[in-house]
Amino acid sequence: MSAPTFDLGDLHGGLRLKGRKKAATASGIHRMPVPKQLILPITQHVGVAANPVVGIGEMVLKGQLIAEIEEGLGAPVHATSSGKVVAIEPWPVSRRHGDVAPCIIIETDGADQAIASVETRADFRSMTPDALRTLILQGGIVGLGGAVFPTAQKLMQAKASDIEVLLLNGVECEPYISCDDLLMRESAREVLVGAQMIMHALQIEQCVFAVESDKPEAMRRLAVELTKLGDTRIVLKQIPTIYPSGGEDQLVQLVANREVPSGGLPTDAGYLVQNVGTAAAIYNWVADGEPLLSRITTVTGDGVAQPMNVDVRLGTTVADVVDFAGGYTANVSTLIIGGPMTGKSISTDRVPVVKATNCILALQAAPASGAELACIRCGDCAEVCPVQLQPQQLFWYACSDNEEQLRVHGLTDCIECGCCDLVCPSHIPLTADFRIAKGRIRELADEKARAERARLRFEARNERLEREQHERESQLEQQKQQAKRAGPAEIAEMLKRRNNKDDD
Amino acid sequence: MITAVLVIAGIALIAGLALGIASSKLQSDNKDLVEQVNALLPQTQCAQCGYVGCRPYAAAIVAGEAEINLCPPGGEQTVKRLATMLGKEIIPLAQAAPVVVAVAVIDESRCIGCFHCRNACPVDAILGAPQLMHTVIAAECTGCELCVAPCPVDCISMQVPA
Repeated sequence: MSAPTFDLGDLHGGLRLKGRKKAATASGIHRMPVPKQLILPITQHVGVAANPVVGIGEMVLKGQLIAEIEEGLGAPVHATSSGKVVAIEPWPVSRRHGDVAPCIIIETDGADQAIASVETRADFRSMTPDALRTLILQGGIVGLGGAVFPTAQKLMQAKASDIEVLLLNGVECEPYISCDDLLMRESAREVLVGAQMIMHALQIEQCVFAVESDKPEAMRRLAVELTKLGDTRIVLKQIPTIYPSGGEDQLVQLVANREVPSGGLPTDAGYLVQNVGTAAAIYNWVADGEPLLSRITTVTGDGVAQPMNVDVRLGTTVADVVDFAGGYTANVSTLIIGGPMTGKSISTDRVPVVKATNCILALQAAPASGAELACIRCGDCAEVCPVQLQPQQLFWYACSDNEEQLRVHGLTDCIECGCCDLVCPSHIPLTADFRIAKGRIRELADEKARAERARLRFEARNERLEREQHERESQLEQQKQQAKRAGPAEIAEMLKRRNNKDDD
Repeated sequence: MITAVLVIAGIALIAGLALGIASSKLQSDNKDLVEQVNALLPQTQCAQCGYVGCRPYAAAIVAGEAEINLCPPGGEQTVKRLATMLGKEIIPLAQAAPVVVAVAVIDESRCIGCFHCRNACPVDAILGAPQLMHTVIAAECTGCELCVAPCPVDCISMQVPA
């Protein structure tokens, strides 16, 4: 067993937040029965939307492919239980942009019959790394930490760059959320073997498994399972409980003391970061042939009767999950998907649980923030910013819409962790302002690209007009020359031709 | 006394010569400046400034023939950027900026294939052949509205893309 280590890098800023995780971790993972209706968005990942391959009225089985990716970045979607496809239509979802998205809606038959496995799985060690990566692509597996980047493509990109270490992210730094904690407690072996599979797919020999210090139980179980596996390539590492140490770049900084360059990825520092849930999903698919059909979601907050962690089929509505957890308490005012720091509040609980849904947070009172006052330039925000930006300066430029200075001051590196909001004595919603400013920068870039294209087309047209004019002139000149050269014989011939024409 | 006068006169002569040579050899590149000004314009090619396109307008600005506030699609932002770049005063727009950018849409059932709109389009964003129906390539349309007036059957309208 590898002992927890404390040789850590420096993470700038961050906050020690109240965990508020006890309520949901008091009991184990509860398995939720299959609901009557499943709503499966065709976009549950970063990239292009998957193409539905089933029709309305069709019967589907659990694990059957219902939407596929032909090319480009993306992940397929599978039916999460057996039943009948009753509709493919827009449905409210939770995501950053837009509030409805096309979903495949399945009415379940209760039998929960799984599709027959095409093949019995061979041991992953006997597969070539390429074959393993392709297999992972078909499992619909995406990053379950919340970013939902398609895992197979992440592995392929990592393969192309020079990485040495797999960094397994067991750091759940946001308050309230405890799904990864419970997963590590109850499925430590699956997570560890999943990590071995990723290492095999990338042909690397080093894995650092980072777990926060507020999860001693998970750490203990992992250590026990790791000893049983006897894999010396995997090292457990305990890291302090500081928000947002679970961010990819922040975790690399903490574990390796290497800074991920601005605009870069952890792979640029030689690390590939994967969430523990993703590793478990890879295990389930590669070893047992079950694609990504369910995930563990924390249902918590003072607005829920019995806070707990639920193993829930993707496509189950938030309303069903909350019902399973004993329903709402009185006076619930806020419903959030994700944690209190980076989550998104939703206006309806008809929203389905998707691959990204790590937490459903119901609160009786919205996180309190006072009235917004003027910035007093105290610099508290700069002190807590984990990316070492200067939020007060960015705020200044965001107000004056100064795109160039926003870029210079690194707005695009902001990870929207919300630390600056929390410490601001003037209660300025800095993160929200930055989000809007980022949107505007993107818009401006689009506009610029459009203008450049229009300029090229305008110039090409002018060139074409000039060329045509020139051609016309030279043709006319040629005809003139020809006429000049013509002698009496040609003129007689010409006249004859014209007379003949008149006769016709 | 005489030495001092000679020395000063000599310095003045040398400096004058150096500056004279420099100004003739290292002429400020007007063409480059036109490109830089052009890069700040929105490239709508709408001719609302009175010039046939963004580049000609840029050339006119550099030549000092045109004010910097003649570009409605660019809006106040563009005036501000031009003023900063050229060291001029920020002045209000001569014409109000459009609220939303729309693209031209041809009602294809009414198009008679006259080709007038295609000839008017400054960015060749209209496809079609004489006597055949035309259509607008929406992604390339800059919303300049130059094709609307020439249409003899009024089948072109400006619509905000969904």
